[in-house]
Amino acid sequence: MGGMRRVLVANRGEIALRVVRACHAAGIEAVAVYSDADRDSRWVRLADDAVHIGASSVAKSYLNADALLEAARSSGADAVHPGYGFLSESAEFARRVSEAGLVFVGAPSPVIARMGDKAAARAAAEEARVPVIPGSGPLADENAALETAPDIGYPLLVKASAGGGGKGIRPVRGAGELPGVLATARAEARASFGDDTVYLERSLEGARHVEVQVLADDHGNVIHVFDRECSVQRRRQKLLEEAPSPGIGPKLRGEITAAATRLAAHVGYRGAGTVEFLVAPNGEFHFLEMNTRIQVEHPVTECVTGVDLVAEQLRVASGGPLALRQEDVALDGSAVELRINAEDPDNGFMPTPGELTRFDLPGGPGIRIDTGFVPGDRITPFYDSMIAKLVCWGTDREQALARAGQAVSELGVEGVASTRPLHEALLASPEVRKATFHTAWLEEWLSHRE
Amino acid sequence: MATIKATMPGVVYRRPAPEAAPYVEEGGTVASGQTVALIEVMKNFNELSSEREGTLTRFLVEDGDEVSIGQEIAEVDG
Repeated sequence: MGGMRRVLVANRGEIALRVVRACHAAGIEAVAVYSDADRDSRWVRLADDAVHIGASSVAKSYLNADALLEAARSSGADAVHPGYGFLSESAEFARRVSEAGLVFVGAPSPVIARMGDKAAARAAAEEARVPVIPGSGPLADENAALETAPDIGYPLLVKASAGGGGKGIRPVRGAGELPGVLATARAEARASFGDDTVYLERSLEGARHVEVQVLADDHGNVIHVFDRECSVQRRRQKLLEEAPSPGIGPKLRGEITAAATRLAAHVGYRGAGTVEFLVAPNGEFHFLEMNTRIQVEHPVTECVTGVDLVAEQLRVASGGPLALRQEDVALDGSAVELRINAEDPDNGFMPTPGELTRFDLPGGPGIRIDTGFVPGDRITPFYDSMIAKLVCWGTDREQALARAGQAVSELGVEGVASTRPLHEALLASPEVRKATFHTAWLEEWLSHRE
Repeated sequence: MATIKATMPGVVYRRPAPEAAPYVEEGGTVASGQTVALIEVMKNFNELSSEREGTLTRFLVEDGDEVSIGQEIAEVDG
């Protein structure tokens, strides 16, 4: 592998800027890429070099592997950092980057492929003695489903084997509903994924989403960097995340972090990754999926551990060992991240492109803002709606939440609607204050406000 | 003559998928409520439909154009 001198940052927005900064901190040059719409962006200006990769639509730019590989070649990059989203979990893109003689700053291609396949990831978890959600294997027909369902127990979920991103999932409350839902789910799976294989999984009511950050290198080191709580979500999109999870105690924390590192070691993981779990009200935890990339909410982990996760990604990708051992990682305080999206929470979260005519960012002790935008920038309809992450650290959860409340009140966004008022209401809610939420809570809470 | 206007800002697509046939060709007939285009805004896809029946005489934007809310997308004669 050898050392990296010049990294192509194959992404946009705040994560592109985050990677540019990490490269500079490590003495590495960063090459940005940009579409037509992103020509004058902040991350492009701060990079050492920049390459135009195509038109504004994602298919012609940030999802265009040919254009990205050509950008790496023409700019003399020796590595590619994919960020999150786009091609970050494409096993094929990782393979093509390696075949072009470049370092892929991520997991090995076969590991991405394995953990990206729901059934294969579940099997890997079982091999690693990590509890999975009670469920069936792939089901050939309706009779097989009807026979298996009572063993799994209701309520349950019918899931498409080929599904992903929250698609192809249907709930079943009782046996009477099963045949109808099965037929619909299989038709939908066939139409969406070209494969009507489905399986059943117990629906864990009132469960929390808790995930564990892992880091691994090529020298046999696999460590965890503690956990994050991401239960506050709408349509499986997280809105408020924190570290550590307020919902688990020391014993469960020990078990869940050990399970995550066991799975990462079992699959030969390298780089930064996240193992997601559902934690049931009775404290049982179950493997959900593994994300083989850096996550949007990684800063809360950085705030409570002092570990620079992107720096570690760069270090292990260039063949080096992790800068720290497990015993060097300790929790210090509490952090919360608020995702500020250009969406109107009072109008069904309708995305609102427009010009950021005002963009006043908060500050003060413990406040970190990750954003790719500056005042006057245009938020275009081509990409996702996140415009900033407000990350607030405190010596304890109470102080972190208090600082978050102060930060969100200082935030000034005009020209586009934003989730700012929603965050003000969330931070004032007893469920967030007392951390009594679960994965279905936000949608229930929103429906009661209407 | 009536026009179909964008119900939200975004990117207009005249076909449901890149390889698919257009929802409707210029000169084709449309029913009331029939989808004539998709508007994508930040990964959300929304169908744009004709409020009346008639002949869609022409599109006023190109496939893939960025449009603002209320912008005229197509003309319907009927």
